[in-house]
Amino acid sequence: MSTDIPHRELTHRVAAFVADAITPIAAAMARGDGPSPKRIVESAGEAGLAGILTPEAFGGAGGSHGDFIQFIETVARADASSAVILDVHLSVGTEPLLVFGNDDQKSRYLRRLASGEWLAAFALTEAAGGSDAVALRTRAVREGETYILDGAKAFITGAGDADLYIVMARTGDGAHGVSAFLVEAAWPGVSTGPPLAKMGLHGSWTGELVLDGVRVPVANRLGDEGVGFTVAMSALDSGRVGISAQAVGIAQGALDAAVETSRRRRDAGSEVDADAIADMEARTAAARQLTRYAAALVDAGRRVTHDAAIAKLYSTDTCVAVAQSAVDLCAPESGAEDHPAAVRFRDAKACQIYEGTNQIQRVVIARYLLSD
Amino acid sequence: MDIRLNDEQTMIRDTVRDIARDRIAPRAADIDRSGEFPWDVVDLFRKHDLFALPFPPEYGGLSGSALTLNVAIEEVAKVCATSALILAVQALGGYPLMIAGNEEQKARLLPELASGAKLSAYALSEPGAGSDPAGMQTRAERHGDEYVITGSKIWITAGGIADTITVFAKTDPDERAKGVSAFVLEDAQHLKGFAANTIHGKLGIRGSNTAELHFDEVVISAANRLGEEGDGFRIAMKVLDRSRPGVAAQALGIAQGALDYAVGYAKERKQFGKAIAEFQGIQFMVADMEAQTAAARAMVYWASQLIDDKSPEVGHFAAIAKLLAADTAMKVTTDAVQILGGYGYVNEYPVERMMRDAKITQIYEGTSQIQRVVIARDLLGA
Repeated sequence: MSTDIPHRELTHRVAAFVADAITPIAAAMARGDGPSPKRIVESAGEAGLAGILTPEAFGGAGGSHGDFIQFIETVARADASSAVILDVHLSVGTEPLLVFGNDDQKSRYLRRLASGEWLAAFALTEAAGGSDAVALRTRAVREGETYILDGAKAFITGAGDADLYIVMARTGDGAHGVSAFLVEAAWPGVSTGPPLAKMGLHGSWTGELVLDGVRVPVANRLGDEGVGFTVAMSALDSGRVGISAQAVGIAQGALDAAVETSRRRRDAGSEVDADAIADMEARTAAARQLTRYAAALVDAGRRVTHDAAIAKLYSTDTCVAVAQSAVDLCAPESGAEDHPAAVRFRDAKACQIYEGTNQIQRVVIARYLLSD
Repeated sequence: MDIRLNDEQTMIRDTVRDIARDRIAPRAADIDRSGEFPWDVVDLFRKHDLFALPFPPEYGGLSGSALTLNVAIEEVAKVCATSALILAVQALGGYPLMIAGNEEQKARLLPELASGAKLSAYALSEPGAGSDPAGMQTRAERHGDEYVITGSKIWITAGGIADTITVFAKTDPDERAKGVSAFVLEDAQHLKGFAANTIHGKLGIRGSNTAELHFDEVVISAANRLGEEGDGFRIAMKVLDRSRPGVAAQALGIAQGALDYAVGYAKERKQFGKAIAEFQGIQFMVADMEAQTAAARAMVYWASQLIDDKSPEVGHFAAIAKLLAADTAMKVTTDAVQILGGYGYVNEYPVERMMRDAKITQIYEGTSQIQRVVIARDLLGA
């Protein structure tokens, strides 16, 4: 069956990377004093994993989406901050370039992203344009062979540390008036706010991206003028599968903590809530299979909008529920902010919000079923 | 086409879907109201060779693939849970033979199950031993080349109509699990000392035959024992590992059937001047029903694939599939009734039947509570 486990060599490489590079820093990442996002991607690059979806010809691993979700889940099980850094870099940060980039753009950027030399970010959301992405106001005005970009993006994962931003900006009106641009962080007029003080995912930087008269060469427009919304939605279809994998990893990490605590307490003679463990395991297992199915659809070249929304909705609702149960089962120790269950509980919540809130996923799912 | 299915599985699914829609769906309400066992559905399954699905080709079957069978069960359950159960129980009754039968037993008994010439049943539960089958009281005493069986079984699906019944009985009453052995009854309804009383008044799956079985010194040949003395409990548990994804598939089909109906209704039903599908309150309910049903399907197909792959993890994922799919069926059918409002509550519409049918999937072949015990034991140790 086509939702099979990814190939073994990569599986081993992923396991070794997580054991060597992620697990040792997980506690520091959760506190927010671990390595920077760029350093995480660099270390993934050293393990040959910063371009897991990028073809080998461009320095990537040439992997499938099945490989990708296995990677993200495995990282997230140890540390969700590192997982979201890598997920954004690999999916919404790199995939639009893979899917919509021309040869020139690919040759200029893919190697640097796949090697981990550069960190990629995805800039769609604005302060007044969250779930209603079409309401975005950042403008791109063409002047000869350049566009002048002005505006501000909000809640951008990697802001402040990323080297390349995929920016959605308005070249006209409505959904067909949006275009996508490859914007280098080093260009004049690009600035970022400080990382936000978030509830969780403390090791991942999230902040504002300000574009003040940034001159972007036409050669850095990704796809045709007016297809930016298509680029963004396509990126999110696949990106949501990555977030789903992150959620599965968080749920598994929370379950690991609950199982470990329950075994220890039971061996010490206490009664434990085995039913809660069973429900956590069942939901996590189902979320994993939904995620694999969605990834297999992407790999088969199928349209995945509906099934990616289902996977994201179910997996992220699951990771919040499972993490909450883990906090319950590990109480009172889990009241400490560095307890593995507490960390997962805080980290999990973001998954229901980013790359489309779960309310938006429900709109996507319902539209598919209920429209004629 | 679902990428989790191969070409043959897709073809069989489509065939069964057509049969279910054209021949079974029109019968479903009447089967429920009359409470009479639908022999016409049995004939339909025979005619289309659907009883062959659970069995391997060497014994007259089609493929023996759990995934193929369970996709077929799902399709039938979308329109009629009672009819889906006929197929699922034919498989359930065949598994003890497939798992523990010797060559002679399999060659003699399986082809007539695969053709549907004989119907089968699986008799484990007792009035005093439901979730705790090792506490069963039914005895099998050996006398020379024969066993004499005495005791009672309850909640036996197809127990009042099946020809080939696997019955579990204690050959060593001083032991619990280790004292259980398995026996196949042939031509069961005509055995001296055997009596089946059909149980009426069920909440759902009302056309299904459910019986209490009484064994008053029923004599059977020792050649009809499956495996060795004392193997019975192990056989019973291995059977359940294989059959639970089938119940899960039934639950999945019930959920999908209710969801499909609710979606169609929401698009047609107008209130406040527009289709209720345009209200976000309905949209979000439908989206959650869809996501839960998709999750149940992911687990049912995965557990079935693990059976086909002969994975050692089957028991764990079979329990998860059953737990999730049964709970999903209950939730989704309840929400479907809610979307239809008053119309959902009456039997002119199918969703109240689906809600009643869903409940049993949380109970039989191990209650949801027992599934949780199985799942947690794998993680926490015994």
